[in-house]
Amino acid sequence: METQAFQKVYTKITNLTKATITLKATDIGYDEMALVAGRMGQVVKIMGEEVVLQIFAGTEGIPTNAEVVFLGRPPQLKVGDQLAGRFFNAFGEPIDGGPEVDGRVIDTGGPSVNPVRRKQPSQLIATGIAGIDLNNSLVTGQKIPFFADPDQPYNQVMANVALRAEADKIILGGMGLSNDDYLYFKNIFDNAGALDRIVSFVNTTDDPPVERLLIPDMALSAAEYFAEEKQQKVLVLLTDMTLFADALSIVSNRMDQIPSKDSMPGSLYSDLARIYEKAVQFPHGGSITIIAVTTLNGGDITHAIPDNTGYITEGQLFLRMDSDVGKVIVDPFRSLSRLKQLVIGKQTREDHPQVMNAAIRLYADAANAKTKQDNGFDLTDYDERTLKFAKEYSEQILAVDINIDTEKMLDTTWDLFQQNFEREEVVVRQEFVDKYWKQ
Amino acid sequence: MERKSKTTGVVAGIIANLVIVEVDGPVAQNEICFIQHPENKLMAEVIKILGKNVYVQVFESTRGLKVGTKVDFEGHLLEVTLGPGILSRNYDGLQNDLDKMDGVFLKRGDYTDPLNREKKWDWRPIAKAGDQVVAGSWLGEVPENGMPHRIMVPFKFKGSYNVKSVVEAGQYTVDNIIAVVTDSEGNDIDLTMVQKWPVKVAVKAYKEKPRPFKLLETGIRTMDTLNPITEGGTGFIPGPFGTGKTVLQHAISKYAEADIVIIAACGERANEVVEIFTEFPELEDPRTGRKLIERTTIIANTSNMPVAAREASVYTAMTLGEYYRSMGLKVLLMADSTSRWAQALREMSNRLEELPGPDAFPMDLTAIITSFYARAGFVYLNNGESGSITFIGTVSPAGGNLKEPVTESTRKAARCFYGLNQSRADSKRYPAIDPIDSYSKYLEYPEVVDYLTENISEDWLDQVMKTKTLLLRGREAMEQINILGDDGVPLEFHERFWNSELIDAVILQQDSFDKIDANCPLERQKYMLEKVLGITDMRFSFETFEDVSGFFKRVINQLKQINYSEWKSEKFATYETELEEIFKERLN
Ligand SMILES: Nc1ncnc2c1ncn2[C@@H]1O[C@H](COP(=O)(O)OP(=O)(O)O)[C@@H](O)[C@H]1O
Ligand SMILES: [Mg+2]
Repeated sequence: METQAFQKVYTKITNLTKATITLKATDIGYDEMALVAGRMGQVVKIMGEEVVLQIFAGTEGIPTNAEVVFLGRPPQLKVGDQLAGRFFNAFGEPIDGGPEVDGRVIDTGGPSVNPVRRKQPSQLIATGIAGIDLNNSLVTGQKIPFFADPDQPYNQVMANVALRAEADKIILGGMGLSNDDYLYFKNIFDNAGALDRIVSFVNTTDDPPVERLLIPDMALSAAEYFAEEKQQKVLVLLTDMTLFADALSIVSNRMDQIPSKDSMPGSLYSDLARIYEKAVQFPHGGSITIIAVTTLNGGDITHAIPDNTGYITEGQLFLRMDSDVGKVIVDPFRSLSRLKQLVIGKQTREDHPQVMNAAIRLYADAANAKTKQDNGFDLTDYDERTLKFAKEYSEQILAVDINIDTEKMLDTTWDLFQQNFEREEVVVRQEFVDKYWKQ
Repeated sequence: MERKSKTTGVVAGIIANLVIVEVDGPVAQNEICFIQHPENKLMAEVIKILGKNVYVQVFESTRGLKVGTKVDFEGHLLEVTLGPGILSRNYDGLQNDLDKMDGVFLKRGDYTDPLNREKKWDWRPIAKAGDQVVAGSWLGEVPENGMPHRIMVPFKFKGSYNVKSVVEAGQYTVDNIIAVVTDSEGNDIDLTMVQKWPVKVAVKAYKEKPRPFKLLETGIRTMDTLNPITEGGTGFIPGPFGTGKTVLQHAISKYAEADIVIIAACGERANEVVEIFTEFPELEDPRTGRKLIERTTIIANTSNMPVAAREASVYTAMTLGEYYRSMGLKVLLMADSTSRWAQALREMSNRLEELPGPDAFPMDLTAIITSFYARAGFVYLNNGESGSITFIGTVSPAGGNLKEPVTESTRKAARCFYGLNQSRADSKRYPAIDPIDSYSKYLEYPEVVDYLTENISEDWLDQVMKTKTLLLRGREAMEQINILGDDGVPLEFHERFWNSELIDAVILQQDSFDKIDANCPLERQKYMLEKVLGITDMRFSFETFEDVSGFFKRVINQLKQINYSEWKSEKFATYETELEEIFKERLN
C-alpha cells in the first residue's frame, strides 16, 4: 500500500487495548493515519513521545513487535469525475472490482463553510410522497433524517426519494448495511439507469464496525467536490446513523471516557453536528442535501441518538405503521421539516400552508376522538366525521406509497375537507375558502 | 498582567482540542496564547495550570499539530474590541468578522479585524476640557445606524481622570485620537474610539442596578400579556427539539422594542443564521423605519464551528451588550442555545478528567450559568442616564426532560420561564409556550405591577389573572370531560373548556409566519384581551354540548380572521360586525 522506502518503521508497541495501541514515536501529527500490521489506524492522543493510535479493525492478533508506519496525512480521498458509478469502502478503496480512481487527493473531514458564504435554501425537492411534499416539504441544502423502527421500509422510501429528487449526484454512505440492503441499493439504482449518477461508500455488517466512523466524512468530501467545485445538486444518503453513533460509543468506551446519557460520549452532539452541518446551499447553485436514517428502538425518540439528531437536523420524517389503513405513513405529528416555510405557498400554491395546518389539526381531533372511543365514551357527530376524515387522509395523503404532485395533494385535501366538514370547522383564511371550497 | 518579557512554551501533549504546553515563565489562568503551527497560528486559552504544564483549549482543529511546536503567551485574557461599527456585523465566537474572511470555507487561524479602520465617523464631543471623568464616562458620540454611539473612557481605567482636551466635531476614524485625559499622577493618556475588554469579566461602569420595573414589549401576546419580561430582565425558553425555540427567539428579535439586538447563535444550525442575514436586511424595524439588520449584531458559533469558541461566543455577545448598555441604550440579548455552551464545558471538563457532576456536566455548572445571567439588568449610569440588557436564552433539554442539569441550573438564574410544550407543538399551537406552567416572576414585583397599572390600565393585572384562571379552569374541565365523557358532565363544563379554547386560539396562538399576526403591539393585545374576556362574560343559551362547540368554533374562526387583519382596517371592522351577528343567535 502506501508505505514508502524512506519512512521510519516502528516495531515496539508498549500498550495494547481492544481498540488502541501505544508506542514511542516522534514528529507525529495529531489525527495522522498509520498502518499497523497492515491495518489502518489514526492518532488520537499524543503525550510527549507516547503516541496512541486507534485501530479501526480492532487490535486482535496485533503483536507488540508489529510494524507501524505513519503516513504523515489525515484520512484522504481522491476526487474526480471518475468517482461516479463506483463503490468504495470506508478508506475510499474500490470494492467493486474496478480500477483505482485517478484524481486530486483531498483531506476528508475538512473545514466548514463560512456561514456568510451560504445561501438560504429555497428550492423545493418534489418527492411525490404527500406525507413529505404536503406536510414536510424538503428543500435543497437541507439535512433531515427518517426516524424509523428497524422493521420499517426506510431504505426503500429513501431510495424512492433519491431517485425522484432530480439530483445531479447521489452519494450513498452505508454504515453497517446488511449485504442484502447493499445489493438492494445497487439494483434499484441500476434498474433506474442511475448508476452513473451514484457514488457509494459502504461499510457492511461484514466490515469492522469502527471503520464506519470514516464513512460520513468520505461521502461528504465527495459531495463537497461535486457541489462546490462542479456546482452540482448533490444528495447524500446516510444510513444508518444510529449504527454510526453506536461505533462512537464503542470507541469512547474502549478509551475509558466518561459516558453521558445512554452510554453515548459527551461529544455526541458535536460529532453528529459536524457531519450534518455539511449540508449547504451555495450561491452558485451547487448544494448538498443530506437525507439520513436514524433507526429507533421501539419508537423511542428520547434516546440520546435520535434526541441529539433532532436538535441538529432540520426536521425529521417519522415513519409509523397505521394499523387502521394497514400502511406505513409519514406521521404528521412527530414529523417536521423546518425549512418548509421557505417554499410552501411560494413555490407551491398559495393555500398550501393553511391547508396543511388545518388538515393536521383535524387529524389531531381524530386522535382525541379515538382516545374517547377507546375509553368507551359515545362519539359525537363531529368525532365520527374526524375519524372518517383521518382514515381517508391516511390512505390518500400520508401513506408512503403515494406518488402525486402537490397541486393534486392540495385538491385531494380540500375534497376531504368538503366531504367531512363545514367551512367554519376547517378554520382557513376566508379568501382561500372562497376560492377553493367548491360551491 | 504586565510582563517585561513574553512567556513562551512548547507543545507537550495533544488530546483533540486540549493541548498541554510546557512553559518557561509566568502564565495566568484564562490567558490567551498562540500555538505557532507552521501553516497557521492557532489561538488557545489557558484553562488549567499544573506546575510547568499549562492546559490550553484550542479554538481551532488541532489536526496535524506536533509535539514540540512553539507557543507564545500574549499576557492578556480573551478580549473583544469595542468601538463604532459593531452593528450589522457578523462575527464568529471570537469576534472575527466573518465577511472579511476569504474563500467559501473557514480557514483555521484566520483572524480578522472586528472594526473598520478606514471609515470616517461623524464625531460630536460631549465632554470638554476640565471635566472629571471615570471609566464609562461619555466623551463624545458618533451616529451608528441612527443610534447615538457614545465613545467612553475605557472600562479598564481605574479612578478618576481630568479631561485635558477633546477634539472638535468632525470626521475621524476609530484610531484617531479624540481626547486626552490626565491621570492623578499627571500623566497624559491619548484616547481613540477603540477600547478592549476581557469577555469573562462583567463591565461595572455604572452607578447602580435597581430591580427591573419596565415592561419590555416583545409583540408576542402570550409573553407580554400573560408573563411579561422587563427591560433588563432575564428569561429562558426550554423545549424539546422542534417545539419552536428558535422561531420564537427570531420573532422576539424582530419585534421587541429594543435599540440594539445581539444574537448569539451558539452551537446551533448555520442555516438559522443565514435566515437572519437574509431576512433582516429586508425587514423594517416597526419603530424606526430602518432595516432590522441595522440594529442587529450576530455572533455565530454554529454547531460545526470549533467547540471551544462556543463558550467564548456567549461571553463575547454579553460584553458587546454591556458596551452598548453603557451608552444608555436598550439592548436585547439572545442566546440559542445555552445548552450547547454547557455541553462544550462538559466536553472540556471530561478531557481534563475532572470529577463529573450530574449527567457528566462540570460541578460548577449552576455557578457559571448564574453569574452569566447576573450580567444582564437595568442600570443607572454615572451620568444619571439608564440602559439595559434583557437576556433570553434557550435551553435544549436532553430527551425533552426538564429535570436535567442545564434546565435546573437556568431555572435558578432566570426570572421568566417560557416552557415549550411538546403536545402544543404537535398540534401546531404555536408558540408552544405552556400557559399554565410558564411564569414571570416580575408579575410579583410591586414596581412592575405599578408600571403596568399606570401604562396599560387600572385593572390590567386583574384581567391577566382572570385569563390565567380561565385557562386553568378550562384545563380542569377538559380533564373531567375526558374522565366522565361529554354527556357525563354538566353543560357548564363544556362552556368552561371552550372559554379556555377561545383564549388559547385567539390570545395564546400566534402565527409567526403571517405578515400581520406575527407582531401584536401592546395596544392591540389589550384590545383583543378585553374582547375575548368580554365574550367569556357573556351568557349564551345552549341546548347540547355540541351547540357549545359548534358555536365557539365559529367565534374562534371569526376572531382568527381578525388577528389576520390589518389593525383597525375595514376588514377588521367587518369581521367584528359579523361576530356580533353570531352572538345574537345565542345571546340570552
Ligand atoms: N410561532 C410559530 N408559528 C408557526 N410555526 C412555528 C412557530 N414556532 C415553530 N414553528 C414550526 O416549528 C418548527 C421548529 O421550530 P424551531 O423554532 O426551529 O424549533 P426548536 O428551535 O425548538 O428546535 C419551525 O420550523 C416551524 O415550522
Ligand atoms: Mg432551535
